[in-house]
Amino acid sequence: MQRFSALSLLKRGLSGQRGWTPQWRRPEPKKGYDAIIVGGGGHGLGAAYYLAKEHGLTNIAVVEKGWIGGGNTGRNTTVIRSNYLFDESAALYDHALKMWENLSQELNYNVMFSPRGVMMLAHTVHDEQVSKRHVHANRANGVDNEWLTAKQAKEFCPPLNIGNIRYPVVGAALQRRGGTARHDAVAWGYARAADALGVDILENCEVTGIRRDTNGAVTALETTRGLIESRKIGVSAAGNSSVVMKMAGVQLPLESYPLQALVSEPIKPIFPCVVMSNTVHAYISQSDKGELVIGAGTDAYNSYTQRGGLHISSHALEAICELFPAFRRLRMLRNWGGIVDVTPDRSPIVAKTPVPGLYVNCGWGTGGFKATPGSAHVFAHTIALDEPHPINAPFTIERFADGNLIDEAAAAAVAH
Amino acid sequence: MLLIACPYCGERPELEFAHGGQAHIARPAKPSAADTQEWTRFLYMRDNVKGLYAERWRHSHGCGKFFNAVRDTTTDHFIATYKVGERP
Repeated sequence: MQRFSALSLLKRGLSGQRGWTPQWRRPEPKKGYDAIIVGGGGHGLGAAYYLAKEHGLTNIAVVEKGWIGGGNTGRNTTVIRSNYLFDESAALYDHALKMWENLSQELNYNVMFSPRGVMMLAHTVHDEQVSKRHVHANRANGVDNEWLTAKQAKEFCPPLNIGNIRYPVVGAALQRRGGTARHDAVAWGYARAADALGVDILENCEVTGIRRDTNGAVTALETTRGLIESRKIGVSAAGNSSVVMKMAGVQLPLESYPLQALVSEPIKPIFPCVVMSNTVHAYISQSDKGELVIGAGTDAYNSYTQRGGLHISSHALEAICELFPAFRRLRMLRNWGGIVDVTPDRSPIVAKTPVPGLYVNCGWGTGGFKATPGSAHVFAHTIALDEPHPINAPFTIERFADGNLIDEAAAAAVAH
Repeated sequence: MLLIACPYCGERPELEFAHGGQAHIARPAKPSAADTQEWTRFLYMRDNVKGLYAERWRHSHGCGKFFNAVRDTTTDHFIATYKVGERP
């Protein structure tokens, strides 16, 4: 791997930035691997990286049906925060947030992590009570979060209209350590670092079947690039998790929905943070390119179409225009959808499965990007040691039978 | 936005409807006899089909009735809508 540094940039600069090698190889699939990850998004590539780096499993592969980072990793709104209500969630998401803080150095790749602050608005008395409960719960868990008055919220984010609107802003919860990162760079950085440790990244390699022996344990993946043997398979396939896991006869408590995002034409820096509103349901930040990045909600029905209804994105834009009147005349450049796999309690599943050798990391719903490094890290642990890391131990499939739900759905009252 | 053919009222915009999830999931016939696994399957486990999918809709801003539909989840194209108790 050619390391990136000021010196290496300068040296290549003298020769017109020629002579860089590809950031990862394009190998042919081997006959078999010690472990295979299904899904070349941030979570899957990250899991492969930590398997190689922390658990010494270097004869491994990541299979991806399209190109790496082309799914939800490249389709999300890049918001990073860890202000979840329950202890289990706070531990998981804050594990990730702490890893974000050092990820660029870890990977020798600039993931542009920008802890610019995530401000979640309250519009009603009920919102205020729930927000304050979150603030206190977070602080009890060592997660930073603070309550701002409406005036303080306006000072923190000057474009915000707190007054003459249908749902006036009564205050906000601010997590200063939260922010954004460059989503593509996360996939590329993990791919490059994993590749350097010997991981084979197999793109355009769609899983079509999972083979099992007489004991039910996994033995191989059938793919569009041939049969690949492995006794350990980790599925990290986001919206398609149900489809892949069904090949091994495992049914999951998941439903897949289109979730939309959109960006405006680029403008000069105007927006200093991330603002989210659960009540009027919109969230917004500004990318380093200058585009306003806006998130909408999911469609009402499950679908695999990677688009969504126009009325869903229109609804988000109406809320944005109300909260930020200065943006009313901006034009939107692009909108798109990704397929998010949602669990009934809106918490992920990172766990062993009833099938020996088969592991699953799914159910991140509408908010998986923020968890990428932490999720990948504990999933690698689960695969390598055949038992969960203490942080992901509560995030089982069995919780839907034994009742130990981690009900962030009720806590947030929206998809989040 | 989808156009959905309510079997009672005809084609109406999606905004008039509420989605009711996967169709034909029967509540355990003897609730007190059903074990944990049966309740888990009924409450939480879903097929999440990629392809032809039977689902419930309710014409909540119209006639208010529930009905079933078969939709291709890879295209969102409706194959059929039919009344409760009927077959597609």
